[in-house]
Amino acid sequence: MSAIDIEKARSRTGRMTGAEAIIRCLEAEGVDVCWGIPGGAILPLYDAFMAVDHDVQHVLVRHEQGAGHMAQGYARATGKVGVCIATSGPGATNLVTPIADAFLDSTPMVAITGQVPRHLIGTDAFQEADITGIVMPIVKHSFLVQDVEDLPRIFREAFHIAATGRPGPVLVDIPKDVQLSEFDFSYPEEIEIPGYDADYISGIDPASIDAAADLIVHARKPVLYVGGGIINGEASDELILLAEALQVPVTTTLLAKGAFPDSHPLSVQMPGMHGSKYANWTIHRSDLLITIGARFDDRVTGKLDAFAPGAKVIHFDIDPAEISKNRTADVSLIGELRETIPALRDAVLAKRGTDRLAAQVDWLNDVQQWRNENPFRYRREESGILKPQYVMEAFDRALKGTDVIWVTGVGQHQMWAAQFLTIDGPRRWLTSGGLGTMGFGVPAAIGAQQGRPDAYVVNIDGDGCFQMTMQELATAICYDVPVIHAVLNNGWLGMVRQWQELFHGERYSETDLFGTIPDFVKLAEAYGCLALRAETETEADAVIAEAIAARRPTVIDFRVDREEKVYPMVPAGAASHEMIDEQWDNEWVEEGV
Amino acid sequence: MSATNHHTLSALVENRPGVLSRVAGLFTRRGFNIDSLAVGPSERADRSVITIRVDCTHHSVEQVVKQLMKLIDVIDVIEISPESAIERELLLIKVKADADKRQEIMKLSEVFDARVVDVGATTLLLECVEHPDRLQALEELLAPYGIVEAVRTGRVAILRASAPDGESRTRLRVMG
Repeated sequence: MSAIDIEKARSRTGRMTGAEAIIRCLEAEGVDVCWGIPGGAILPLYDAFMAVDHDVQHVLVRHEQGAGHMAQGYARATGKVGVCIATSGPGATNLVTPIADAFLDSTPMVAITGQVPRHLIGTDAFQEADITGIVMPIVKHSFLVQDVEDLPRIFREAFHIAATGRPGPVLVDIPKDVQLSEFDFSYPEEIEIPGYDADYISGIDPASIDAAADLIVHARKPVLYVGGGIINGEASDELILLAEALQVPVTTTLLAKGAFPDSHPLSVQMPGMHGSKYANWTIHRSDLLITIGARFDDRVTGKLDAFAPGAKVIHFDIDPAEISKNRTADVSLIGELRETIPALRDAVLAKRGTDRLAAQVDWLNDVQQWRNENPFRYRREESGILKPQYVMEAFDRALKGTDVIWVTGVGQHQMWAAQFLTIDGPRRWLTSGGLGTMGFGVPAAIGAQQGRPDAYVVNIDGDGCFQMTMQELATAICYDVPVIHAVLNNGWLGMVRQWQELFHGERYSETDLFGTIPDFVKLAEAYGCLALRAETETEADAVIAEAIAARRPTVIDFRVDREEKVYPMVPAGAASHEMIDEQWDNEWVEEGV
Repeated sequence: MSATNHHTLSALVENRPGVLSRVAGLFTRRGFNIDSLAVGPSERADRSVITIRVDCTHHSVEQVVKQLMKLIDVIDVIEISPESAIERELLLIKVKADADKRQEIMKLSEVFDARVVDVGATTLLLECVEHPDRLQALEELLAPYGIVEAVRTGRVAILRASAPDGESRTRLRVMG
């Protein structure tokens, strides 16, 4: 993909159609790649893709949902805005799931949809759907372009809104006749959105910083509870400096994996439903939650009233509406985290020097002990049956220290990946957290790889998820996108099965896929992928090495233990420290928690 | 009605298609309960004002305001406290009024500054612009005569001319 000369693109003027103007706007925003499928109402744009010279690569996908998730994968791997395109009606509605996913996981995305011509809007015309109405609750903002003259301004605003503040999806719906209208194009330099002056987040409120520093200085059992905001805010380095200066344990939510290195001595990894015991216990026993870019999601907190019952709360975020939404904050600060975090660090250091650290030694020792005694673990079977966790460990070993990005679907495999992969940097872990979108993995991994062509990209998927979006293997082949799709195939909709086993009397209602799953090796070969299979640990090690060496689109069918469950687990509605687990020889006694 | 759980918000919004559905949709999605909602032009052609009476039994008013502020088309939101504001609503009410009751009803309506805007053979049509609580009282007094039909606009509110400068319509800064 060629780099775009943004300055040149922004200074372009001239008479052109709305369709060409869309491409000029994309160039002006530095968009060098986008994903989509043509159709009637978006035909003028696709005609312009071929008719005019430009620097925007369009990637043809097989289903619009794939286009959306590819744009998301690209956005989260690179930090840039992802762009997807669909026609009106069914094309647009197929984007609804990725838009909702991007909304809940705060992913910067611009979705462009064709719309029926203006004079047909409201007549139930062919392929007409009120897509701005449909997506209203799941977008950061949306536009219906009524006049071609507005098009450059709207694109400028759409990208600005998608990328700044708390990022999110923006939809731009463009009637076909607007795409065909001619006008004099120029790209606006200035942005004026009266309802979106991000001014209120700039500047650091000294009183809040001081109050937060006071709480930290007087805390005996503080914990940093950090979320995906660290990654969106590009504040990982600042977070590491803060944690090391404060000597405070750090728990990273599912979305924040990599925001703080998993292998750092202060990391207690993931909290919540399938998080580590030591993360949940650390939170439960703490007297101060230093919450940064996280939102007290129910999968983290469990029963909200029982979450960190003895803790005061500091909450730093960029979105004012997250403050005291689920848990009341004692001190809060709205702002860019890479600015507010250093300010907090400076204030704490100025207040206490290092002497107070002694008071926290016992706390850190406790946390360390919980961690040593309760690692994520699983049993390897004498029979040699392949455990999904082993596959995660084998991948982790094989790609340790390389430039690697892990992507997942949603379910058991996602949780095993979260538990057993070591993620040591931001934008190396892409998963659907908020919406929990099965099928996210295949397309998101393809988009991530196209944004980061030199990285290894591995999609850890399940057999249920894989079958939801596997048609995008065709896209991977067409554009030679060398993602390794590792399917942990247990022949179940496994996470649902786990709930049925534990909470629904082992009634496995409509979750058994065994016997109906296509032969993934043959299927992948049919698409033209390298196709591998492993049924034992030895085979797993071998196919992982082969796949890594191949650097081509690859599918691996890992036939794993059908019965394996994800532990530990906070049952729905329970307090987050009340985790259930398998029986282990050195069972930690929960006294004192 | 418990005054403490009900709040009047005044939102200055872009005068664009779809703004009302964005605001109404937000209330539905977040489970905020609307008691009344009135929308109309402001002093500027490109801006409208939406006055919302919201039931905050289950959510803090701060959360409602913050979520409203996140809408791009919402320029600012202020909470209008009853002490510092004038609140009004228009009631049009058709009351059963046979000839022998007309005088009685008209006398009653004078007390509420209601105007008779139409007279039928057996009904009177009254118009009243007042504080919503007063309209409620008027309706209750008219009920025994028989209310044929009644419509209300929903309340609109504005800060008093005598309110201190600090309470004028400036952008509400929500700092958590």
